[in-house]
Amino acid sequence: MDDITKAVHDYVVREYLEEGDEREVTETTPLISGGIVDSFSMVSLKRFLEKKYQVQIPDADATPDAFDTVQRIVALVHRFQKPATVGA
Amino acid sequence: MAFINTVRTRYQTEIEAIKAGGLFKEERYIHSPQWSEIEVEFPVGSQTKKCINICANNYLGLSSHPDVIAAAHAGLDSRGYGMSSVRFICGTQDIHRELENRLTEFLGTEDTLLFPSCMDANAGFFEACLNEQDVMIADRLVHASIVDGMRLCRAMQDTYKHSDMGHLEEKLQEHMDKRSRMIITDGVFSMDGDIAKLDEIVELAEKYDAMVFLDDSHASGFIGRTGRGTQEHCGVLGKIDVITTTLGKALGGASGGCVSGRRELVEMCRQRARPFLFSNSVAPVIVAGALKVMELITATTDRRDKLEWNAKYWRGLLKGAGFDIKEGESPIVPVMLYDAKLAQDFARDLYSEGVYAVGFFFPVVPKGQARIRTQLSAAHEKHHLDFAIEAFKKVGEKHGVLGLGKKELLARVGA
Repeated sequence: MDDITKAVHDYVVREYLEEGDEREVTETTPLISGGIVDSFSMVSLKRFLEKKYQVQIPDADATPDAFDTVQRIVALVHRFQKPATVGA
Repeated sequence: MAFINTVRTRYQTEIEAIKAGGLFKEERYIHSPQWSEIEVEFPVGSQTKKCINICANNYLGLSSHPDVIAAAHAGLDSRGYGMSSVRFICGTQDIHRELENRLTEFLGTEDTLLFPSCMDANAGFFEACLNEQDVMIADRLVHASIVDGMRLCRAMQDTYKHSDMGHLEEKLQEHMDKRSRMIITDGVFSMDGDIAKLDEIVELAEKYDAMVFLDDSHASGFIGRTGRGTQEHCGVLGKIDVITTTLGKALGGASGGCVSGRRELVEMCRQRARPFLFSNSVAPVIVAGALKVMELITATTDRRDKLEWNAKYWRGLLKGAGFDIKEGESPIVPVMLYDAKLAQDFARDLYSEGVYAVGFFFPVVPKGQARIRTQLSAAHEKHHLDFAIEAFKKVGEKHGVLGLGKKELLARVGA
């Protein structure tokens, strides 16, 4: 698991699983269609990504489908991350 | 005509998908007044059947109370049937304001504004009172109408884990840069029947300079020693900034809701809340009935006391029979079955045994949390509950769920 994947995974577990919820969350576990994250609570995840990775995810791209697994969320972050500036 | 065949087919396909997903909702026609015993036509076209009703929000048994009916008749005679106007044109009668004053007094707030429903109160409040400089922090299990109201508002949205005060505190800390923070919760959560930790919420609100919004629809009239609601139960009367509640449950059960709270917030709703501005208010006949309800519930606590007794008795019966129920103190008692199909079959079999209850499953409750939600009423007599438990036991035995805990029930359905 790379750094971004681990950070997203840990955030999902911390933010969305209730105490005593023993469901396992992997990179491909369905989060929204699987009932772990509802669309109402999804906004905090979007905000977390934007803040931590300095990205702007347009609302049109922040769909339940794009947020449905850790893997897809990471892909979304990569898609909107600006390429690193030389020397930065 | 624009409703061409391809459009019709599209909708038919969607409806079929709802049916295939087991999510299709069917109405059952009731041929009697709302009460603990009702006469039901189900399926449509079949002979009517007498049932014990254990799923109404008729907590205080006032939906068909003779004094309320008489007051509604009198109101119909003295103030007419309809207003044919929104409130601010020519749709406000003296009795609308009288009812608002009675609710203000009862809830211990500064002012109250009636809405066509509590759904409308929740849909209109946030947009009228908050903007992009503010943040709304809601419990994750708040009612759908609050979710809709928050979506209509430009303020930042956030949520905290259900009744998790540590998580709420983290969120409050995270949003200290906002102009205003509003904590949003139900008083009694409608699906689980548990009560919000309102005393702790108020403490956090004071610590982090936040306002508190409470939807007390499943509490007003019966939770708390004198029925003032969750704020009375938790010892924080007068400390809640906004209370929304309904006249459609314990308080007569007809229709209508309100926003009650800080004078300025109520005034903002009067000026800006769109469901208030662009819809007729509660009809005069309902206002007259609700005024009688307020008189009845402030004269005595007999009904809420009986409801409390009924709820304790029913919880004891279910536990004694070996059902897995959600613990709590409210008259909402969910019988946990976890599996959606089982919940539907169970409700159908209860109906065959003369008990009317409904199965709830995803998306109304989280996946794997299907249940039969039972609700007590002061209109229930002991013999109603004794009859109902026999039906529950018979159906429970048929489905092999008696004496099983969550793990065993889940294993039984292969989850």
